[in-house]
Amino acid sequence: MRSHNKLLMAAVAAGAVAFSAGAHDFGRAPTAAEIKLWDIDVRPDGAGLPEGRGSVTQGKVVFANNCAACHGANGQGGLNDRLFGGQGTLASASPVKTVGSYWPYATTLFDYVRRAMPHHAPGSLGHDETYAVVAYILNLNELVPDNATLDKASLPKVLMPNRDGFIPEPEFQNIKNSR
Amino acid sequence: MNETEKFPTEALNSKSSSRRKFFSASAGIAGAAFAGRVHGQTLGDVPPRGLGDPLSGSSKRSAHVQLSRIPEAGPGRRNVDPSAAINSKTPLDKLVGTITPADLHYERSHSGIPNIDPAKHQLLIHGMTRNARVLTMDDIRAMPSVSRILFIECTGNGWENWKKADANLTVQNTHGLISTNEWTGVSLASLLDLAGVDRKSTWMLAEGSDGAGVARSIPLTDEVINEAFIAYGQNGEPLRPAHGFPLRVIVPGLEGNLHIKWLRRLKFGDQPFMTRWETARYTQVLPDGKARQFQLRQEVNSVITTPSGTMQIAPGYQRVTGLAWSGNGRITRVEVSTDGAKSWKDARLNMPVLPKAQARFETEWVWDGKPTKIVSRATDEKGQVQPDRESFIARMGTNALFHYNAQQTWSIDAGGRVSNALA
Repeated sequence: MRSHNKLLMAAVAAGAVAFSAGAHDFGRAPTAAEIKLWDIDVRPDGAGLPEGRGSVTQGKVVFANNCAACHGANGQGGLNDRLFGGQGTLASASPVKTVGSYWPYATTLFDYVRRAMPHHAPGSLGHDETYAVVAYILNLNELVPDNATLDKASLPKVLMPNRDGFIPEPEFQNIKNSR
Repeated sequence: MNETEKFPTEALNSKSSSRRKFFSASAGIAGAAFAGRVHGQTLGDVPPRGLGDPLSGSSKRSAHVQLSRIPEAGPGRRNVDPSAAINSKTPLDKLVGTITPADLHYERSHSGIPNIDPAKHQLLIHGMTRNARVLTMDDIRAMPSVSRILFIECTGNGWENWKKADANLTVQNTHGLISTNEWTGVSLASLLDLAGVDRKSTWMLAEGSDGAGVARSIPLTDEVINEAFIAYGQNGEPLRPAHGFPLRVIVPGLEGNLHIKWLRRLKFGDQPFMTRWETARYTQVLPDGKARQFQLRQEVNSVITTPSGTMQIAPGYQRVTGLAWSGNGRITRVEVSTDGAKSWKDARLNMPVLPKAQARFETEWVWDGKPTKIVSRATDEKGQVQPDRESFIARMGTNALFHYNAQQTWSIDAGGRVSNALA
């Protein structure tokens, strides 16, 4: 407690809302192994993709066992979202937003399946199964061939049809962290 | 002639003589309007006093007060089974002032509400940092705290009225995805210092402990660095589980989805992480098929909460009141029209009017019994004026689904029935 009090007094003396001196008094350093357990995000450039691989054929099985109950036997939608089709509808009165028609990055599909799916048991698919089901969904959208196998090198190279369909807000285009 | 012109209502600091004139001039009508609502006819009809219920550990609402949210599954899919709901809306029509009771704060979750033991909860701060950290809740509560009264608004607020107006909607249905609470926690700036975040880092990923692991990229602008915090307190108590217990992100003025609940990880990077929520979900499709992305700010907005959808009014005096808010800062002006946006007059703003919080506005009106439409229009300190529906739709189209802030019109028929209308 003593170091905290000292720190607070220093902050008050400096008239500062935030503080810097002695801030390392709070918390502890994580180990690299700990960080790896939680560091699950995947960027469009592929950063964060794990080792492993999966094919469209394998993905069809993973899908039937884990996804079809909500997304339909062939991804046509059911209790939850349809996963393919809709290309050419975004400017119509009723846009159909699917992985194929709307999602700008194939890597986001891996990130989302890994963190959030299946809805009732997120995190239950292994890396190979995740690559496989991602390959299957991309194949439903005719974005990879029937014999495709995806891994961390090939997934970021899948070009999504709506890749350039987004207009980033100008306010957040040039950010300078001034802290 | 417009009835309201006979009874001008000035701003808060108006001369008391004109205020007296208003109330005396309208007293006869007002008395008639209220008479029908009084059930005890004489003081003798009021039940006698007596010994009340015993004191208790927490206060329940009166048995005579019914307040609850409405669980919803999507536009037009209301009052669904809670297991199918994706959000639950605040009863704006039944609340007063500006602070939302914690149990009635609107709720949006993507994978249910996790049951988290705060003694086991940990926050990982890493990425472009010199001093990656794991913080326990005890660590976080030991740090210098900040508190601020702020609105949080779901980007879907208003989505019922994009394409059509269902006449039977209440203001809880149309605008119930916003609430205002006091939040308490630790400033983001102090966490940046603590973790030694690299100045080349421009985006921060915030991630929850919910089943979906909801994660959003937050830009490290000066505004965000100066104002954002991680909160463990809500209206003076620990966060309610539905609102992120034990820890959530607060990013004043920006969209609700950025306010990650059940926060467990902050990762610093030099580009957006492009999660599903900031690509496939919370992006706004424009008429040409392109989509606005990272439209994070909640724009200037307002709505009349009384009289509002499904209410019934009688000719004569009306207290017209509502809420206004802006992610740009303070509300500086709210105008009300009682003739379908043909003429406007300023409403009073009740104190306090806080930046990025809901503000309460009020005005008086004498309804002549003829069908009409009432509308409110807010202006914020950046000079942004809430758009009328026509110009808003001309700009955004009807497929954007999120960030609807067009003026809300309530239609009043000859019988005094108030209903939702597009304009």
